[in-house]
Amino acid sequence: MKVAVCVKQIPDPADPGALDESTKTLKRDTKLILDESDSYGVEMALQLVDAAGGGEVTLISMAPNNEVNGLRTALAMGADSAILVSDDALAGSDALGTSKVLAAAIQRAEPDLVLAATESSDGYTGTVPEQIAELMGLPSVTFAKSIEAGDGTVNVQRQTEAGYDDVTCPMPCVVSVTAGVVEPRYPSFKGIMAAKSKPVDELTIADLGIDAGSVGWAGGGQEIVAVQEAPAREAGEIIEDEGEAYERIVAFLDELKVI
Amino acid sequence: MSVGTIWVLAEDAESGVASITLEMLAKARELSDDVVAVYGGDGAAIAEEVGAHGAGSVLATGDLGGALPGPSIAGAMAAAIAGGAAPAAVLIGTTYGGRDVAGRLSVKLDASVITNVVDLADEGGLVGTEPIFGGTSDVKTKFTSDKPGIFLVRPKSFVAEATGGGAAAVSSLEVPDLGATGTAVVTNSFVEQSEGPKLDEAAVVVSGGRGLGESEKYELIETLASKLGAAPGASRAIVDAGWVPYSYQVGQTGKVVKPDVYIAAGISGATQHLVGMKGSKTIIAINKDAEAPIFGVADLGIVGDVHKVLPQLLDALNARG
Ligand SMILES: Cc1cc2nc3c(=O)[nH]c(=O)nc-3n(C[C@H](O)[C@H](O)[C@H](O)COP(=O)(O)OP(=O)(O)OC[C@H]3O[C@@H](n4cnc5c(N)ncnc54)[C@H](O)[C@@H]3O)c2cc1C
Ligand SMILES: Nc1ncnc2c1ncn2[C@@H]1O[C@H](COP(=O)(O)O)[C@@H](O)[C@H]1O
Repeated sequence: MKVAVCVKQIPDPADPGALDESTKTLKRDTKLILDESDSYGVEMALQLVDAAGGGEVTLISMAPNNEVNGLRTALAMGADSAILVSDDALAGSDALGTSKVLAAAIQRAEPDLVLAATESSDGYTGTVPEQIAELMGLPSVTFAKSIEAGDGTVNVQRQTEAGYDDVTCPMPCVVSVTAGVVEPRYPSFKGIMAAKSKPVDELTIADLGIDAGSVGWAGGGQEIVAVQEAPAREAGEIIEDEGEAYERIVAFLDELKVI
Repeated sequence: MSVGTIWVLAEDAESGVASITLEMLAKARELSDDVVAVYGGDGAAIAEEVGAHGAGSVLATGDLGGALPGPSIAGAMAAAIAGGAAPAAVLIGTTYGGRDVAGRLSVKLDASVITNVVDLADEGGLVGTEPIFGGTSDVKTKFTSDKPGIFLVRPKSFVAEATGGGAAAVSSLEVPDLGATGTAVVTNSFVEQSEGPKLDEAAVVVSGGRGLGESEKYELIETLASKLGAAPGASRAIVDAGWVPYSYQVGQTGKVVKPDVYIAAGISGATQHLVGMKGSKTIIAINKDAEAPIFGVADLGIVGDVHKVLPQLLDALNARG
């Protein structure tokens, strides 16, 4: 079974960066890392290929400056190869522009199954997986908490407000996975060494036949008109517990008429 | 004053129309005289409720069988737009089903989506407000084309309110041939049993986080919640760890809650958690680390050990009867 996994490479969330006032974009100048949300997709892909008795896991990523740092992490986990799209014209791409690029790159891998995370840690639009599916003319199941593949279909437990649905979907298809569905493995030393020589196919949008006018700033359909400080909450009362703090909570709940 | 026709995606909840739908209808009718509910189901079933909340009409696909509804609804919307319908905006809730509709519709119209919207205003065209950096800043965004503006709206952004309008007029919305895209089918639905008030409706919410130390200690949260008539909630850390089901999660990828009182025990207050509970009227936090970001939003903050404070609190509440 061939699985393509979308993996976003993002600035380290521990170092959130700042908004550039002139371009209204996030300043990101540090090395990018694998979005933790996507490590679940990578793990899921590896497990599904194992269960299918063989196959291939191809990573798909769009990132600035031919960034491969996050891809190497996922390759070290066990993915076989990667397709990386990097192009100056992609700066400023919105979710739709990003999806056009990813869909074109995924097409090259001819996968049976496309995996993505339900939302990225830094962009969290949560629309990319469904946009990819529509662009590729594929069915999709979002918010998967478990996936079984076999016989040309996937059976997915899909998160709902009240619990979950069992969903059956023919392959090829797109499935987005929630965090916590599987335990992402740590790359072994052997894996890290092997990752260094695994193939990363670096493409530009011209290679994919994508017009620069349909992506990046040029293709974006929205603009930011203002950035404002949100109204802050008033500072509250902070007390150190010396054994009686619970009394203050009781009194507070009393004032609020909760008890 | 009106920005033109606004479509609102209507979704179901366990009983009746989902709150997010009613919330969006309240805002839509403030902005437009022509509010249309679009529904992937039998329009007659919701006509009264959405009408009472301000929808003048319902466009409904009729029963979709077992198909996952996103592709059908997006397909039907796009077909109607191709056929001449011209909504200025399509408001879609940030729900499991809503995101599917928004993503598919976006591609069909080749139009961008403004996501994470918590407010909408008419400033010579619709402008959406989205929180960034965990809600410390707000970004205002508008569309640059005159295609229908697709907005993904976060739950609890607006207050639902019935206006006493009559039943909305129902017309049918045709679902075009979807090819392969419509082939995902729901074969079974499971409802996780939960007692007491619902997390996103409760007046009081008691949430626990990794600071509880171990799964068994979540019982402290459940006991306190039942004592206060509250709903128990959780941070993602303990949902991912499998201590409680996903339906307990508060935050960006979980539920947005706005109770009168929110109690956070052993929760650090990561930005993704804060966006889900910052709108609570009063926040009480218990955390042993005085530097924990949760104290930045707390009205009452206790710097202390949950294993000491919670049992004492429970004893005191029990003593009151
Ligand atoms: C894309 C994305 C989406 C996310 N969505 C969500 C979401 O929807 N909801 C969510 O909650 N998180 C979400 N997160 C995760 C979030 O970033 C945090 O990792 C998570 O909220 C942390 O949970 P926590 O506060 O329980 O754990 P921690 O951050 O580990 O905090 C535990 C806290 O407990 C305190 N503590 C420890 N022992 C004690 C004790 N004995 N007594 C008192 N206090 C103690 C510690 O001081 C610490 O502050 C998301 C992350 C990403 C990347
Ligand atoms: N630039 C990218 N490269 C690879 N995958 C991406 C990219 N952007 C988004 N994705 C995938 O789409 C998911 C949802 O992203 P988003 O819509 O930004 O929340 C992510 O978690 C990734 O799996």
